[in-house]
Amino acid sequence: MAEFSFELVSPERVLMSESVEHVVLPGSEGLLGVLSGHSPAVATLKPGVISVLSGSTVKRKIYVRGGFAEINPETVTVLAEHAVDTEAADKDAISSELSVAEEDLADASDDDARYIAQSAIDALKSL
Amino acid sequence: MPSLKDLRNRIASVTATRKITKAMQMVAAAKLRRAQEAATAARPYAQRMDAVLANLNKGLTSKEGASPLLVGTGKDDVHLLVVMTAERGLCGGFNSNIARLARQDVVRLQAAGKTVKLLFVGRKGYDVLKREYEALMVERIELKDVKNVAFANAEDVGKKVLSMFEAGEFDVCTMYFSEFKSVILQVPSALQLIPAKLPEADDGEEQAAGAGAAYDYEPSEEEILGFLLTRNISTQIFRGLLENSASEQGARMSAMDNATRNAGEMIDKLTISYNRQRQAQITKELIEIISGAEAL
Repeated sequence: MAEFSFELVSPERVLMSESVEHVVLPGSEGLLGVLSGHSPAVATLKPGVISVLSGSTVKRKIYVRGGFAEINPETVTVLAEHAVDTEAADKDAISSELSVAEEDLADASDDDARYIAQSAIDALKSL
Repeated sequence: MPSLKDLRNRIASVTATRKITKAMQMVAAAKLRRAQEAATAARPYAQRMDAVLANLNKGLTSKEGASPLLVGTGKDDVHLLVVMTAERGLCGGFNSNIARLARQDVVRLQAAGKTVKLLFVGRKGYDVLKREYEALMVERIELKDVKNVAFANAEDVGKKVLSMFEAGEFDVCTMYFSEFKSVILQVPSALQLIPAKLPEADDGEEQAAGAGAAYDYEPSEEEILGFLLTRNISTQIFRGLLENSASEQGARMSAMDNATRNAGEMIDKLTISYNRQRQAQITKELIEIISGAEAL
């Protein structure tokens, strides 16, 4: 299957830059599966898990706390402020993300914010 | 004329000072490398952000109804100046150059009848400007315990600026920092954060991207633009902080290099006059002995 280059960039450094077949992004309006040759798009992301797939097996899962993605036919770039690789991360990193998300839920003033925080919690608990 | 003992003490103390400045120079050199690496590592994020923003800005058909972060509040009565300096001194003109640039703008804006508010990031800027402008200060953020600037630090500042903007406390926000050109050259600069100055999309780049302009937006263009503009504030502040920390180390390195060299020169001069005096004393003693012997 055709591959495209996928970059995950945080403000501090480039976290990941490799050639992949398929990524699933947690778009703010629903999950977004991207294959090679996707039409150009820009989307915001809600907190959730980015899955990198090869065929139908999930190779890597990375949790991001919101951000946005720029999609081109040959390249996908995700800009995320906070990202945790779920394989490399220990339990502490995940549980600290979880507590951040729970705080967000407690602070949430409207339904949208509450929905976003809740989905972050769900994503983290499933890890 | 200082005595031999005075000279000896003086030489010892200058030597000790030279050791300290030499050590500081080497520490600054090591930190500078790290700061430069951090600045380089942060570049891709800012570049992508700029590219997407420029694209969105170009695609935006009407400026009406756009976020006030982009078009401003329609007034420019109240200016917020974010003055970013170091936490420590002993780095040549670094802090005072930034403070001077900020002071010039305060004077200029006040002469034009605007209200000025100051937000200090880093202790030194506050120290320099507090005597004149203490009353204008709205907030002071110290990064004393921060060893390496992390994005979270920039986010804190960014959130503060945004919440003040949303509360309508100012119309225009400008950031003062020192741009890192090279190890020996740091340029104090001002960058307007709100309303945002967006980079114009580069035509050459656009052609390379092919159909780059025809993006699908999810959610709508305006929403993404609003979302990005708020993040852009923190990103720009982060950039400023990184440039600043690299500049600070560069400035300190050259300041300490100078100090080390000056101390060396001083030691040489003192050593010469010390030796001269020692010889003079020996000669004097000899003359005394000889003339004593002759008198017998």
